[in-house]
Amino acid sequence: MHLVLPLVAAAGLFSIGVYGVLARRNAILVLMSVELMLNGANLSLVAFDRWWADALHAGQSMAVFVITIGAAEIGLGLAIVLLLYRTRGAIAVDATLADVAVEHRRAPVDRASEPRP
Amino acid sequence: MTATVMSVTGTDVVFGAFAVVALGSALLVVSSRQLVHAALWLVVALGAVAGCYLVLGAEFVAWMQVLIYVGAVVVLVVFALMLTRAPIGRSDDLTTGNRWLALAVAAVIAVALVTMLIDGFREAYVPLRTDAVTTTGELGSSLFRFWILPFEALSVLLLSALVGAIVVSRPRDGTR
Repeated sequence: MHLVLPLVAAAGLFSIGVYGVLARRNAILVLMSVELMLNGANLSLVAFDRWWADALHAGQSMAVFVITIGAAEIGLGLAIVLLLYRTRGAIAVDATLADVAVEHRRAPVDRASEPRP
Repeated sequence: MTATVMSVTGTDVVFGAFAVVALGSALLVVSSRQLVHAALWLVVALGAVAGCYLVLGAEFVAWMQVLIYVGAVVVLVVFALMLTRAPIGRSDDLTTGNRWLALAVAAVIAVALVTMLIDGFREAYVPLRTDAVTTTGELGSSLFRFWILPFEALSVLLLSALVGAIVVSRPRDGTR
């Protein structure tokens, strides 16, 4: 197989992820696009590993590490997004403070779980 | 292994099919107007990437992709969509106003990367033989023989991410 084939696929996945990160409004969709970018990088790592026929399997080990980091990132990221939703009632990444205040009044947020000043 | 520029083998065709499925569903992930559909298209995209790994002969990475990404990450994402009360039907405000700028940036990155990769690796050829598949045993012994330090560092990273997620999402009602 020509090395260019997996590399172009990886570059395409990465660029689609970049578009999603820049253009999406919902924070969860932004995190999903970050996962697409990580997958693009992983695909090129595995392709280079196979091309190099590395005795240490550096590329595949690195791909496994990147998958682990992706799992940690999505877990922590979603926890932050849930905290944002609980305290502000909106998870739009371009929401101004005025929008958030309106959303907060509209959305039935669980007030009991929040600190009283 | 020598190969003419235009030679297309069976693995090329299978890999190309997986890559087309991955790219198409990735496009649907970033362009779908329904949040839940985007999450489900993410399953298809990540599964197709796992198929790409299998064709490339990276067996362990492929099954890790299926287990962690398709199994765990997407479930987390769907749970988060549920907990943030994501709308089920179509919602037309999922992309911000700077989507054309984002499209331009992504197109520039894609053109630059593809041009550079084709220019640099036009001649490179990966000989995919069935006896050269990296088995799980080989990768495991390599991981625990040469890559043990990053492996342990990542264990600490996962632990701290877990603790951090618990601390961040703990309800703050004064009854700690």
